Amino acid sequence: MIGAVRRIWAVMMKEVTQMRRDRLTFAMMFGVPIMQLMLFGFAINMDPKNLPAAVVAEEATPVVRSIVHAMDQSGYYDFILQTDDPRESETLLATGKVAFVVTFPSGFTEKLLRGERPALLIEADATDPAAASGAIGSAQTIIDRAIAREFTGSLSHLQRGPPSVDLRIHRKYNPEGRTQFNIVPGLLGVILTMTLVMITAMAMTREVEQGTMENLLAMPAKPLEVMFGKIFPYVGVGAAQVFVILMAARFLFSVPFVGDLYILMIGVAVFMLANLALGFTFSTLAQSQMQAMQLTFFFFLPSILLSGFMFPFRGMPTWAQYIGEALPLTHFLRIVRGVMLKGAELSDLRFEMLAMAAFTCVAIIIAMSRYRRTLD
Amino acid sequence: MTPDTASSDLAINVRGLVKRFGDKTAVDGVDILMPKGQVWGFLGPNGSGKTTTIRMICGLLKVSAGEGECLGYDIHRDASAIKLNTGYMTQKFSFWSDLTIRENLEFVARLYQIPRLKQTVDETLEGLGLSHRQKQLAGALSGGWKQRLALAAVTMHQPRLLLLDEPTAGVDPQARRDFWDEIHHLTKRGMTVLVSTHYMDEAERCDRIVYLAHGKKVTEGRVHKIIERSGLITWRAEGENVRELSGDIEGQPGAEHVAYFGSALHVSGTDAETLNSTITKFQRPGVIWEEVRPSLEDAFIALMARAGVDERVHG
Repeated sequence: MIGAVRRIWAVMMKEVTQMRRDRLTFAMMFGVPIMQLMLFGFAINMDPKNLPAAVVAEEATPVVRSIVHAMDQSGYYDFILQTDDPRESETLLATGKVAFVVTFPSGFTEKLLRGERPALLIEADATDPAAASGAIGSAQTIIDRAIAREFTGSLSHLQRGPPSVDLRIHRKYNPEGRTQFNIVPGLLGVILTMTLVMITAMAMTREVEQGTMENLLAMPAKPLEVMFGKIFPYVGVGAAQVFVILMAARFLFSVPFVGDLYILMIGVAVFMLANLALGFTFSTLAQSQMQAMQLTFFFFLPSILLSGFMFPFRGMPTWAQYIGEALPLTHFLRIVRGVMLKGAELSDLRFEMLAMAAFTCVAIIIAMSRYRRTLD
Repeated sequence: MTPDTASSDLAINVRGLVKRFGDKTAVDGVDILMPKGQVWGFLGPNGSGKTTTIRMICGLLKVSAGEGECLGYDIHRDASAIKLNTGYMTQKFSFWSDLTIRENLEFVARLYQIPRLKQTVDETLEGLGLSHRQKQLAGALSGGWKQRLALAAVTMHQPRLLLLDEPTAGVDPQARRDFWDEIHHLTKRGMTVLVSTHYMDEAERCDRIVYLAHGKKVTEGRVHKIIERSGLITWRAEGENVRELSGDIEGQPGAEHVAYFGSALHVSGTDAETLNSTITKFQRPGVIWEEVRPSLEDAFIALMARAGVDERVHG
């Protein structure tokens, strides 16, 4: 019995020593939980507030101002634009700059005062149904209260019976509010990230770990040639994954594909490049396959949580949105959802493409500065 | 063969090679002037800088200081030309265990862009006697076969210089002999071979020996010259009671080095008179003393013991 305890103790001591020696793993064991606490605790918000919105109104009567003000005060809407040109607001909604467009049709105030229940239109970007639901759900109440406050004194006779406004809500791009429409295209980005970053990160470390790197370097192959030769097969794998997911999206989940395939393919190519460059950087940092896996995971976690894949991007605090903007997945999600659900044009997605390209450049610069041609 | 040989006849011509890792100096001013077509042995204790020197010669490590050429190519600038013309066999088996024997050879042949790939690989497999096992995974081979496969793989592109880093470590005696027969066979075809080893019998098969200790070249020369230069006198004791003797004789006047060779005890020293009188005192029943020609190993044991204090570079 004592013998067993001593032997367990001996193994335990050895394990602790080895654990402490592998700095990266040790850091990960504390880094990952802290990151999870921060992200889940502070960044993620299932009931997003302060979603950007636009107002389209030809008139600026007290009652319109009062309704807009009340919506703003509710915390759900953050009006960043007031216009009388519906085309302007349409573009903002299509590019994702605003999540809502509130339209007061002409003669709104007049009809309201006559008690004719005028229509009030809220168009919501429903690509992510969850993100819009809170704001949509509370709209009627907010508006009714605002009007009630307005109709006092000589106008109090208009307060009879509910609702004085015919609120119409258009869930654009995803009228039925189906979560799959949001998740399935997003999965394309998530799966590509996982595969490409991990495989590329492990490509070199595997050779180093097995001692075959020395042999490869002693032969005429240059490290960059080795890297390219190792990556290309997985670019093929990535392409096959794209094909499978798009097929499933179309035939299994009936996700609409409104835009042009070629725009999506440009996005996929740039996104793959960004992930390969990152994997390459990891492979110059990691000393073992284990470490390469950990680095990949360390990157994957915020990618999933902060990119808008699982949780509404606009619902996160500003700092989390900044981190999200630095991740290629965030931009790819906007591209894939934009093209498939909204029919976004290449010009609408210029910024997202550039952001991913910038990420790729930074990753390549880091990788090249760390990359070794010899064994030292 | 002396270092004065015209430099065009030298396969390796490096002067004052230094390799530093951080503040540690692994190789400290090593000169190697090795003529073409020879087999040289690279000896020295573990950590003496043999592997580091070999890696610098074939361009796998950057040289911290020093200069020279390998096959006429500058070691600082022409690493890729050197790699094309040398074969380097690593200390540890570094081919792909999860590829078959044939796939390994094919991969190497493709990297070197060897013409008529299939034919070359077929011939190599035949030469190895592995034709019937070509579809087996390389990882399934025994240690001796792994080494022979590695040798075949690094010589397929007909390199002019072969650098072998402890190629026979952990290999059985028969496989070691076969391996060395192959090395001599390659030199007959004009290859130059630098091989590091810990085995004295292998060292004795070399044209010349370079001995490193603490990153410095301690001695260099033909085997018999190195023994001669050591200035050692060696007595060999054999018999039933030799074992009891060894502890007593160590540290006695003149007995500078005491070491076992199989069942026999070798006692060596440089002062013949003192050593002889000490040996006389240790005449015991069951112990037969005999003065013998010192072996290379005796010389190296003496060299190793001196290396810490005496770091002169000989011949």
